[in-house]
Amino acid sequence: MKNRGYYGNYGGAFLPEILVATFDELEDAFENAKSDPSFWRTYETLMASYSCRPTPLTFAENLTRKFGGAKIYIKREDLNHTGAHKANNVMGQGLLVKKMGKKRVIAETGAGQHGVATATMAAKFGFECTIYMGEVDVMRQRPNVFWMEQLGATVVPVTDGTRILKDAINEAFRDWVTNMDTTHYVLGTACGPHPFPEMVSWFQSIIGKEARKQILEIEGKLPSRVYACVGGGSNAMGLFSGFRDDPVELVGVEAGGHGVNSGMHASRLCSKDASPGIAQGYKTYFLQDGDGQMKETHSISAGLDYVGVSPILSDMHEKGLARFESATDDEVVDALRLTMTHEGIIPALESAHAFAGAFREVSSLSKDDIIIINQSGRGDKDIFTVADAFDDPKWKQFIIGKAKSYNG
Amino acid sequence: MAESLKLQLYIKERLKKREILLMTHIVMGYPSFDASYEIVEQMVEAGVDLMELQIPFSEPMADGPVILKANQKAIDNGSTVEKCLEFAEKVASDFPIPFLFMSYANILYRYGMEKFAAKMAEINLQGSIVPDLPPEEGQDYIEAMKKRQLDPIYIFSPTTSDERLGYLASFASGFVYCLARKGVTGKDTSFSDDLALYLSRCRKATDLPLAVGFGVKEKADVDYLKGKADIAVIGSQTIRVVEESGSRAAGDFIRSVL
Repeated sequence: MKNRGYYGNYGGAFLPEILVATFDELEDAFENAKSDPSFWRTYETLMASYSCRPTPLTFAENLTRKFGGAKIYIKREDLNHTGAHKANNVMGQGLLVKKMGKKRVIAETGAGQHGVATATMAAKFGFECTIYMGEVDVMRQRPNVFWMEQLGATVVPVTDGTRILKDAINEAFRDWVTNMDTTHYVLGTACGPHPFPEMVSWFQSIIGKEARKQILEIEGKLPSRVYACVGGGSNAMGLFSGFRDDPVELVGVEAGGHGVNSGMHASRLCSKDASPGIAQGYKTYFLQDGDGQMKETHSISAGLDYVGVSPILSDMHEKGLARFESATDDEVVDALRLTMTHEGIIPALESAHAFAGAFREVSSLSKDDIIIINQSGRGDKDIFTVADAFDDPKWKQFIIGKAKSYNG
Repeated sequence: MAESLKLQLYIKERLKKREILLMTHIVMGYPSFDASYEIVEQMVEAGVDLMELQIPFSEPMADGPVILKANQKAIDNGSTVEKCLEFAEKVASDFPIPFLFMSYANILYRYGMEKFAAKMAEINLQGSIVPDLPPEEGQDYIEAMKKRQLDPIYIFSPTTSDERLGYLASFASGFVYCLARKGVTGKDTSFSDDLALYLSRCRKATDLPLAVGFGVKEKADVDYLKGKADIAVIGSQTIRVVEESGSRAAGDFIRSVL
């Protein structure tokens, strides 16, 4: 490996020896893609014809009026094919897999969005596909499991550890160390060993490139702040990368769960509970105990429920290049309801964290200010969780009736 | 090569009496520290030459289902790093064979590389195997180990190029751990000509003794390795035997493969 992918103190490639050659191959394929201008053009064309890119930048007129502060724009990653920004990374890696000549892809998934996107890419490109998903997430994201299977993927529920996203990542690595000759691991976020953080951020940078161009076209000036939710950090890296050289404040919103002082959250950068560590092949802030054992995390959204965070964001946090906040489960549900009723837009529970973080601050900005919120995904996948959070009696009745009809 | 000849010399001495040595693996605190002690006792009595003591980690990336579950259970049952160090100190003073630590990078990183190596020297552990700490990421670890004549055990894999075998060998001491195949611990390995060819590549890359692990689980496997390697490593299989028949069965199992 030529470059070990360090961002300040974070990143690296803490690889078991068996994977070193595979990562060398991947790094070469990625370096070739980066230095070949036709690769990015092919990627943009693919995303335009298959995934509705460029995605719109929507002015949220009613929310802007309600809060009476900065103008609110929403970057609509929910309008990607499969309903989330995950498609950007997956299709990009799919093009690399074709170049490397591999025939099988594997992926981890939390919310299931990355799994669905990977299963879609595999169907389109003719790859075999296996998705690892924590048992807890299989339960809370059943609709996505259904679609992955219909798309031809094998979904393997992971029953080890805390049975969520980090455990799915471990299991995907265990598959990869056995099958690396035929298989590429489509890691879904800007985490893991080098070159994944850089590579995933590179594919996701399409979000920020578009958003910057769009806001300049519409408003003729840059936003004051941009907001993105942060699980592993790929949608945040995507949006932030468009504004890193600008006088724009970058705000990441982590999962506050029951509150950052409750011990039931997934806030790595804005809580005092995380510390630097090495796991899953990279060094970053992890929610861990004094010995270095990873702790259980909690979030209403499966996609943010993760112990680690992109090493690039850890570095930006330490250097003060981005600000990190959190939003609790309750604040997220309120923000979701507000966005639906005022704008007719349904953000994913993950994305609703970015909305909650922005809503808290937007009134204190002036009418001359502009903010952009990244709507990383659409919320209809969360119908079961949201219906429970809203405690909707008609939905419950429907489920009871449905269950009865299956029981005959 | 002046440093840490101790382990290498021990291996060479033992090989004068025996065609191949045996190294086994336990997860400290699984199923309990008392049981771990009894397993060590049984194995040493039955003739095991070296032992790996794994400090459990919540994300054991290179381990298969058997050792993964043992790691989780050990942590759930309260196996902390501190207790593991106490346990290691005790077995290293009670039994006359070399003991090595096996764990993942985060355990050493959190403890402090320097402090960890100092502790190892103090309690008479001889070296350690850290599968997710390649030399490129482990310069402070290597320094801390070599300063105290401790052996950082490096891993060769069948996918490692000849050039990289040489690179790894330049940091290795004590012996080199050769993975018999791809994949994680505890799955079957086919002991075939491919393996022999790979081991001859390993042999060319280093003068250090070669240990072979991953999928070694019965006498036939150990016999196959005679003349091709110096140490056979049995990991998951001993844990399986103990799970099925209790810690008292560990000794008989070892005698059956020797």
